[in-house]
Amino acid sequence: MDILITGTVLGGTYALIALGLTLQYGVARIMNLANGENLVLACFCAFWLQAAAAINPIQALFLVVPAAFVLNWLIYAIVLTPLVRRATHRGQLEVDSILVTFGLMFILQGVMLLIFGGAYFSYNFLAEPVRILGQNYGLNRIVALGAAVAMFILLYGFLYRTRYGTALRAVAVDPAAAGLVAIDVPRMSAFAFALGGALTAAGGVLLSTYYTFNSAMGVIFTMKALIIVIMGGVGDVRGAVLAALLLALAETAVASLVDPGLTLAATYGLFILVLLFRPQGIFGRQAT
Amino acid sequence: MTAHPLLSVEHAQKRFGGLIAVNEVSFSVKQGELVGLIGPNGSGKTTMLNLISGLLKPSAGRISFGGEEITGLPAYQIARRGIARTFQLVRPLASLSAIENVIAGAAFGHVRIWGPDAYREAEILLGRVGLSGRGNAPSGSMTYIDQKRLELARALAGNPRLLLLDEWLAGLNPTELRIGIDLIAGLRDEGRTIVMVEHVMDAIRSLCDRCIVMSSGAKIADGSAHDVLAQPEVISAYLGSEDA
Amino acid sequence: MTQMRSQEWWTLAVAAIGLAVAAAIPLYDDGYYLSLSVNIAIYVVLCTAWTIFSGPTHYISLATAAFFGIGQYTVGLGIESYPFAVLVATAGVIAAALAIVVGMATLRLSGVYFVIFTLGLAELVRQVVTWLQTNFTNAVGLYVFTDFGEKHVLWMLLALAAVIYATGWLINRSRLGFAMRIIGNDETVARHVGINVAWSKVVLFAVSGAFIGIAGAILAPRYAYIEPPSAFNPVLSFQVVIMALLGGTSRLWGPLLGVIPFTILFDFISAHFPNHTSLLIGFAFVAIVYALPRGVIGLVDDLRRPQAGAEKARTSAEATQ
Repeated sequence: MDILITGTVLGGTYALIALGLTLQYGVARIMNLANGENLVLACFCAFWLQAAAAINPIQALFLVVPAAFVLNWLIYAIVLTPLVRRATHRGQLEVDSILVTFGLMFILQGVMLLIFGGAYFSYNFLAEPVRILGQNYGLNRIVALGAAVAMFILLYGFLYRTRYGTALRAVAVDPAAAGLVAIDVPRMSAFAFALGGALTAAGGVLLSTYYTFNSAMGVIFTMKALIIVIMGGVGDVRGAVLAALLLALAETAVASLVDPGLTLAATYGLFILVLLFRPQGIFGRQAT
Repeated sequence: MTAHPLLSVEHAQKRFGGLIAVNEVSFSVKQGELVGLIGPNGSGKTTMLNLISGLLKPSAGRISFGGEEITGLPAYQIARRGIARTFQLVRPLASLSAIENVIAGAAFGHVRIWGPDAYREAEILLGRVGLSGRGNAPSGSMTYIDQKRLELARALAGNPRLLLLDEWLAGLNPTELRIGIDLIAGLRDEGRTIVMVEHVMDAIRSLCDRCIVMSSGAKIADGSAHDVLAQPEVISAYLGSEDA
Repeated sequence: MTQMRSQEWWTLAVAAIGLAVAAAIPLYDDGYYLSLSVNIAIYVVLCTAWTIFSGPTHYISLATAAFFGIGQYTVGLGIESYPFAVLVATAGVIAAALAIVVGMATLRLSGVYFVIFTLGLAELVRQVVTWLQTNFTNAVGLYVFTDFGEKHVLWMLLALAAVIYATGWLINRSRLGFAMRIIGNDETVARHVGINVAWSKVVLFAVSGAFIGIAGAILAPRYAYIEPPSAFNPVLSFQVVIMALLGGTSRLWGPLLGVIPFTILFDFISAHFPNHTSLLIGFAFVAIVYALPRGVIGLVDDLRRPQAGAEKARTSAEATQ
């Protein structure tokens, strides 16, 4: 039971991060390996805002998320658009975007290392325990879950109930066809990339309230996000949420029941199973 | 000549989501026959070829070759059992030379030749399709008809028991068409078993022992070319019911 | 498939001379230059082994650190009980086995899945090894004491490099190399001429992984103390990718052109600006994508035959589809 609740809370944060990458890969077709650094940068921003200006993380969301949106839009427009233009087809764009985002990953990590060093950081926010079903949980984790859920609902509403959101989903399914029905594909891709980055940043701010972070942890989160995106079916938002929950539950279960040192093994085990038996993911379309 | 057919297709079906591209098609091909697979555009002929060559897996039904079931096998295993094909949109291996293209057809199948032997056999085949002496030419920059000939040579290099030709005569001018038809006639006279998807009716009439007609995924006729092309269902499939 | 052309005899001669010169370095220097040579030799070995697989398939493998670490640990665990040569061979076998398992799971799918999987592979193996060591033994690190000095390591690496080049050359002339060229042009045609595409890729990956594992094993004596974070250092995987791509993977000796300048540069930066190494790596990746998409070799090809260069770009682009 304890595992279920802890796992669900963790799943909420994972889902936010994975959602960001789903939009970036599913719509903009950019496999953004600097996603984790985006997350960590947001953690540091939330920390700094708390420490320097006493702005609590929930308020910080309203500053960091739009900033991340703008930053990611700029990244797409300046760094990635030339690659999109010169790629003759999808495979080449994927390879190029992987390499370039590796570069971004190292650059961002390098900058953070220079500014903050390699030390671990954390801060206190709503760290009081809350009793649920006989066990203590941090209030900050519960609040993080609540904020994450609120964001999903907003995102789901946007993607499935508005025209703009539907256009985004159309680009995810088939960019060429979307262009033919007068959807501005480049603009949509840039928007999706920026929105994805903003979501990941939101995840980072929420994560920083209860997780101890340092400059170098971005890669692990990128990996988990990638695994979740693939497990859920690339481009499918519901799949990403479900896969995130599954992964978080599996990890928590392994950490509590087996050994905390084997969480990555559990993640990989799940990943291998998916690749072997259902490579298109839970909600993905079957390749003929 | 054995009594058993070389190729046997039973109730083959291929669905793409809601679209049924091949709908319960059954037919057989005897050793040495040249069968034409014809029908209007979109009738599922190429999909049927793709099911036989292993490019696609059937959603239902059975396909057997030489008495052995090959339904759902991966393409490379089907190729190794002796089925070779050409493609509707010609696929030369562009960065390989012409002779390397031909050797590619022979090196991995049940023939498996390599080294100087392979080069010698490939030269012979190039001569056969009218490309002698062009072995070192880069295949990516050859003309369309030459690339087609090359693809045919590559398919023949593996000494296939069954040759599948996917609209091999398409896009040829009258002279080239004459040459192409003669080439295929030569293959038939050698005793090769061939299934050809075609639109060029002259070729069908002059080459095929037998014709199978498909329309909207289903088989609507199966008999000699002359008989089949006179059937009202076939004419209406191509031209619409008014001209039947 | 053909006789050795005169061009190949030339290359062989140049390679032999190069090896002889490199092997003679310990006779002239005992300190910095010897150490630098060993570093360069390490990366030449790793990058060329990497290129044996990633050159023809265009898959970017980040599994280098995993195979390398396996090599280190095989020697570290067995050095008290087994002869060094046996351990080195065993390392190759274990690494190959891992490559086969990973390859069969991921190489049937697109390149992106492969990259992601290998990205975390080193971390996964490291976690498992750490867990095994903390739970079943008393310490996490291993001591490796041998009589090998820096110059012995250099000679072993040079010998390994020669074997790798020879293997790569033989593969290129073999049916497998031919199959990879066909796959690189058109996978559908490859399948239809009877090539088992997935298996071909797995075999190449296993060969590449085995050599990297052997390299890790050979280097265990150099460090004397092995522990998971350094044996399975993920940065190694990234460095190998950068150097190989910088040099260019369309020729087996392409990576050489990337290894030598980058190793020197990286050594310099880590000595003088140790906190800036991440930035160097980052900028290197960006430079590769924008300025040198096919490495230095690609540039040279383009200058010599601009038409052929564009053709190669088109076909290699089609290959990654």
